Amino acid sequence: MAVKLTAPLSREEARKLRSGDSCLISGVIYTARDAAHKRLCELAAQGKPLPLDIRDAVIYYVGPTPARPGQAIGSAGPTTSYRMDAYSPTLIALGETGMIGKGKRGPEVIAAMKEHGAVYFGAIGGCGALLSKCVKKAEVIAYEDLGAEAIRRLEVEDLPVVVVIDSEGNNLYETGRQSYLSSK
Amino acid sequence: MIREVNAAQIAETVARLCVEANCFLPRDVQERIGQSREAEPWAPAREILERIEENYHIAGDRVQPICQDTGVACVFLEIGQDVHISGDLREAVDAGVRKGYTEGYLRKSVVRDPLDRVNTGDNTPAMLYTELVPGDRVKITVAPKGFGSENMSQIKMLKPSDGLQGVKDFILKVVEDAGPNPCPPIVVGVGLGGTFDKAAYLAKKALMRPLDQRNPQPFYAALEQELLEMINALGIGPQGFGGQTTALAVNIEQYPTHIAGLPVAVNINCHVTRHKTEVL
Repeated sequence: MAVKLTAPLSREEARKLRSGDSCLISGVIYTARDAAHKRLCELAAQGKPLPLDIRDAVIYYVGPTPARPGQAIGSAGPTTSYRMDAYSPTLIALGETGMIGKGKRGPEVIAAMKEHGAVYFGAIGGCGALLSKCVKKAEVIAYEDLGAEAIRRLEVEDLPVVVVIDSEGNNLYETGRQSYLSSK
Repeated sequence: MIREVNAAQIAETVARLCVEANCFLPRDVQERIGQSREAEPWAPAREILERIEENYHIAGDRVQPICQDTGVACVFLEIGQDVHISGDLREAVDAGVRKGYTEGYLRKSVVRDPLDRVNTGDNTPAMLYTELVPGDRVKITVAPKGFGSENMSQIKMLKPSDGLQGVKDFILKVVEDAGPNPCPPIVVGVGLGGTFDKAAYLAKKALMRPLDQRNPQPFYAALEQELLEMINALGIGPQGFGGQTTALAVNIEQYPTHIAGLPVAVNINCHVTRHKTEVL
């Protein structure tokens, strides 16, 4: 059974989640990838306000394709997360509680997740058409010049994700593979 | 007899192929995903493969990109020696990419300089490869290449003494290093021999070969099968959550090389392995 979550996600809720949990996220999340993360961290370093409310925020690592007329968004699957590793600890310390992407995370990110209480969700990579159906509304709120990399505010309904790494550092990439191999 | 082909016709074809390649998964890839799902013993892995199938059906039905990373446009032209192209070929290919990516609602993912990183806004320039071949036709292949998998690719200049074992070890190391990052199940393109650049080119070319076609040389066909089995024994599985289906195929292209060298390049592709070909 999937756990129903509402975003923004409190630290308390984030800490309850366990690696391997299937979740359906509804509510408001934000998109950001390489270039947007760089800008957010530059603002943070200067002590300036961010263009989004980072407290309890869930950030989806995605650069969608342009929406056709009548669509809320184009295809919108996750991008590879390790490229955000340099920036995630800063955002987690500022209040980010959830990250949605795919692929491995570095030890510095996992340490920040454990310290502050944040989770790393995986969405199915390469399923951008399927995942786009969960996005009901999308609006660029910052860095329009970045095109696909602009920060968007998304209203999502039942976005299917799985908790890959929880706030205790349990990692489905390790345990899932071990479970399969020991079943053989 | 020299046959005239108009550059504008090449531009139109490239534009159409960009959209079709991004929205319709090739039949051989679809079939291999289905076969892998049927053979997959791990239930969570089967479920992910079902979602992957659902996704490409939705994409095809809606003429929407299968994946939001609609890639850099790799364009391969095999130009017959008896063809004369009227107009600027390079410009025509880029015009095709510009039109396809703009009118087809595809993502523009190309920056004009690797360091200043300003988006070109229209996904140009294409990664263009031309080859002269006998005949009077122009064969155009458009292969959009996503960078989640491209970033997981590696090249190594092995020593001749490393031999077959060294080649196998390196290919397995690349797949292990990549783990969940390139959206497994993956397609593994291997370029063996040639020079540093030739090996990388062959690895990319290997990804163009249909997944149900083995290397014509029995030795390499058997090696492809053996490597596929070794990779699928690693347990990485779809999306890296465990399972048998880590790779859909291993395609190897080999070429003569220097007495001192054994270059091996491994170009990884995801389950959205896209290419579309047309002959003018």
